[in-house]
Amino acid sequence: MAVLKVLVIDDEPGIRSGVSRILNTFHVTYPFMDEDYTFEVTEAATGEDGIAILEREMPDILLLDNKLPGIQGVDVLEYIRKRNYDIVVAMITSYASLDVAIRATRDGAIDFIPKPFTPQELKSSIENITKQLYLRRITHKMKQEGKKIRYQFLSVLSHELKAPLNALEGYLRMMQEKQAGEMIDDYTTPIERSLQRIQGMRNLIMDLLDFTKIRLERKEEKIQEVNLEEVASAAIVTVQPYAIQMDVTISLDIRSGVVIMADPDDMEIVFNNLISNAVKYNKIGGKAEITIDSSDSEAILIISDTGIGITKNDTENLFAEFVRIKNEKTRNISGSGLGLSIVKKVVELYHGTINVESTPDVGTVFTIRLPKKPMTIT
Amino acid sequence: MKKSDFTILVADDDPDYLFQTVFNLEKAGYKTMAVESQAEAESVIARFKPSLAIFDLMMENDDSGFILCYKIKRKYPEVPVILATAVSHETGLTFSLDSEQEKSWIRADRYLEKGIRPEQLDQEIMKLLKL
Repeated sequence: MAVLKVLVIDDEPGIRSGVSRILNTFHVTYPFMDEDYTFEVTEAATGEDGIAILEREMPDILLLDNKLPGIQGVDVLEYIRKRNYDIVVAMITSYASLDVAIRATRDGAIDFIPKPFTPQELKSSIENITKQLYLRRITHKMKQEGKKIRYQFLSVLSHELKAPLNALEGYLRMMQEKQAGEMIDDYTTPIERSLQRIQGMRNLIMDLLDFTKIRLERKEEKIQEVNLEEVASAAIVTVQPYAIQMDVTISLDIRSGVVIMADPDDMEIVFNNLISNAVKYNKIGGKAEITIDSSDSEAILIISDTGIGITKNDTENLFAEFVRIKNEKTRNISGSGLGLSIVKKVVELYHGTINVESTPDVGTVFTIRLPKKPMTIT
Repeated sequence: MKKSDFTILVADDDPDYLFQTVFNLEKAGYKTMAVESQAEAESVIARFKPSLAIFDLMMENDDSGFILCYKIKRKYPEVPVILATAVSHETGLTFSLDSEQEKSWIRADRYLEKGIRPEQLDQEIMKLLKL
């Protein structure tokens, strides 16, 4: 049971006591609200008194008469608007003056209660206001959380971007001060590591571009028929040099040709990330298998490898941003920690699902299901 | 005692930062033990008492460094600990060991920003080892 504070500012005592009487026994329920709302009413006879109470009590709801002895209702409204107070205001007005109504609405009043009103009229207005208040506060809360997540993302990102710069700076200083010796050969490790960090940073920037692309670029006109076999084959060609280096065999098994409606760039992101992971986290001489299949309504992509695998614990966080599974086996594998979070975002954009099953030291299987039919991408 | 009588445990999940720190410490004359994770550092602490420890704050956990400070101080209260991070640089989050309140929960003897000069690090270590 939550209590909402109601302030009623009206110069007519009858209206004030009527509001108090009606609302003190009233409660509002709403299917998706966590709890019932009840009301606690405070009264003021003038705008000046009202503002004083308002400053002290910070009500949730204000019922405001426009015609008051001193300052007018619209002045109170403006006072609230200027200070950005989170108060829902409804005007109680005896005559429906269009002029006042427009000004009040512009200044933030969300409802009008005609005077005189029946208990039922007041109750239904209050019910509406309560729902609006609830939704407004929920939205505000979600926006705050969104901001927090964005801030976390940025601070981790800046860490990820600065780490390679710090490493490079350290190595360059080492060389500048000839700390390891006079000969260039004394610096083989620093030079090799510097080049690797540069490559890592380049990959991070590429992933970051993908990441912002899927977040910002949602153009319906880019949706077209995409042959998944073609996208998979292209991704295999891209990864091939690395696979040769790792002696990993990549095979493609088309059980049924699948054409889906999608942005080809999105599909490329999915295949590139998963196939390169299947090679990167594999064993020397291992296998990576890509299977494309379909049901009546879905395209099914299975990417399996014979690699190092992931423990049950680690799979839980696998799709989060900047999560890299750190252990003895992944120590020398570089990655941005964004790849799988990007894949998951893309899959969800298409209302699909991604699943992972893995056994450490045996291998990992990613299964993606994407609806074949065109639909709105959100 | 000479510097080579001291073994410094360094834990950092950035292999390059680790390499550079160890390189500088050895050049300064210390013996070193390098580990790349909180877990490895914990297993070293369990069976070995270093002369001094340098921990990175964020490793596999965001608070790995704090946890390691706490654990090593519980086992070897006399071993000096340096917490090295780039965290305030990157997040705007600042903390130091200047107030009693901070000292009470950060069990480190020195808190250093990453990227300090090798000579500066050596001086801090010499102070802590009373050299």
